Amino acid sequence: MPIQGDYMGMLLTIEDLDQENRDFFKYCSKKEFRLQRGEKSGLLRYPPTTACPWTGDRESEWVPVEGRGTVHSYVEVHHPIQPAFKDKVPYMIILADLDMQKGQPTEHEALRVAGNLMTEDGEFVSAETIKTVGIGTRVKLIYVDVTNEFALPHWTIDKEAEQPQKPWRYPEE
Amino acid sequence: MTLSSVSEHDVTSNRYLRGKYSICGVGETTYRRGSAESTRSLATWAISNAMKDAGMDSGDIDGMLSYSGNDSTFAPWVAGDLGIRLNFYMDVHGGGSSTEALIGIAMGVIEAGMCKTVAIYRAMNGYSAVRIGGTGARSAAPILGDQIHHRAYGWQSAGQMFAPTFLRHMYDYGTTPEQVAGVKVAHSKHASNNPKAFYRQRYTVEDVVSSRIICKPLHLLDCCVETDNATCIIVTRTERARDCPNPPAVIQSVVGRCCKPRADMHYQHGPISTVAGHYAKDILWSNAGLGPEDIDVTGSYDAFTFTTMLQLEDYGFCKKGEGGEYVSDGTIELGGRRPNNTSGGHLCEGYTHGMNMVIENTRQLRGNVDDSCPINGDGVREHTYNYEEGGCRQVKNVEVTANLGWAMPGTGSAMVMAKDYN
Repeated sequence: MPIQGDYMGMLLTIEDLDQENRDFFKYCSKKEFRLQRGEKSGLLRYPPTTACPWTGDRESEWVPVEGRGTVHSYVEVHHPIQPAFKDKVPYMIILADLDMQKGQPTEHEALRVAGNLMTEDGEFVSAETIKTVGIGTRVKLIYVDVTNEFALPHWTIDKEAEQPQKPWRYPEE
Repeated sequence: MTLSSVSEHDVTSNRYLRGKYSICGVGETTYRRGSAESTRSLATWAISNAMKDAGMDSGDIDGMLSYSGNDSTFAPWVAGDLGIRLNFYMDVHGGGSSTEALIGIAMGVIEAGMCKTVAIYRAMNGYSAVRIGGTGARSAAPILGDQIHHRAYGWQSAGQMFAPTFLRHMYDYGTTPEQVAGVKVAHSKHASNNPKAFYRQRYTVEDVVSSRIICKPLHLLDCCVETDNATCIIVTRTERARDCPNPPAVIQSVVGRCCKPRADMHYQHGPISTVAGHYAKDILWSNAGLGPEDIDVTGSYDAFTFTTMLQLEDYGFCKKGEGGEYVSDGTIELGGRRPNNTSGGHLCEGYTHGMNMVIENTRQLRGNVDDSCPINGDGVREHTYNYEEGGCRQVKNVEVTANLGWAMPGTGSAMVMAKDYN
């Protein structure tokens, strides 16, 4: 059976044969962020793939990774495209570098994980909160359930972390 | 750039087919919203115009290529309508970056003896049917598997998908919105001298940065236009092209859908402010035996103002990080050192996923861009080179052009064309 659920009015489907995404999102529903680690390379990868991007090795195991990182870049949407996001603007998509494996295997590589900027409770943040977040902000992962076996990872401001005095924001404000 | 410096590079050999193939015909429909006709009808209209331009009839065309994203009509139907019997065809999935890549494929299949002359088309109702901005059917489609990692986050349209690259370029290099707005200023100036452009109004930097934000850093006027149209170019051997009514636009080099590492999720491989042109440039310039300084006119894809800037920078028209300055100092405007998208491009003329930019450079090389300059008794347009609003848009003495096609930050295509030096 495909894993299927309604999320904000969007129908999300993971087919039976899509083992990699099934595993990834199932771990998320247990509030675990797990990534595949290639057997030969020992390197983690995101998003799920069927082989190791550095070696082509098809053998891997799912290992738990701490869901903490730093905003590398972002999207701040003011004009919604998808109907589901019509009443969410402005909203933010965060692309954050996980602390784990940052700068490996080459200097500018990182596990850059996407998610919306949410409250700790998994609600979209206010426009005021968006204005406090930019490149350099420390964030951590939270999970929002789609079904009882499928959750989406999202980002929230890491309140325990030391934050930059002024994260970089698009200047026209 | 002079003609003689082109001929210094081993023109007697067919290294990478340099000089062996040409664009011999170009054509398009009108650029409009609400075409009220099918993509099949638009395609036959554009191809007919290109065949007329090439002085060819249906018996002269035996190959066909098209590209689309489930929003067009495939070649066998279009060819049948036009009485063309195909020895080769292929309909390819994809949008931006397809034009130059398909030109390379056309050269390859002709070289392999599979056919003699290929018509390449793009037909779309990008405003009235499958909207290029991503609203409508595309945004309402169910979300499957790998798409969950972006679409479930409201990360779907082209502007949304590319924004992390654009913002990070501002962060890494101090690029400003006012600098990048220079692209719209230039392209709108060019469009005002293009009677067939959808938007012919000139805009200022202030107009761009005061228009509403779509998704940061993109204002409304940083974004391209959605239109209904079809375009066509015809590729054949240069020897054959010399028999056509118009001078050949001779293909010097082509690179197709060149990718950054991790094309599936290119943001994993930084710097994310660097785009595919960084890799494509090495193929483009070495195969052409030319470099950026040799180019008279560029056609850098303008899905957004930023995509033009990023590509010009990564293909080496300026130093890395100086793209903002390059697109705002007058260089890319008509009358400047190296004008870009003299038709107005996707920001103003119409959206065709790249093909109208190749058509424009073909016409620039011929010296007969279709502006409002007077046509003399011999049917030749007498260009004034006065770039005032409503005037000329032909660049003087164009000998070599470059097209820089864009699919996304991680994927691009490019082509160098030159005047026929025989």
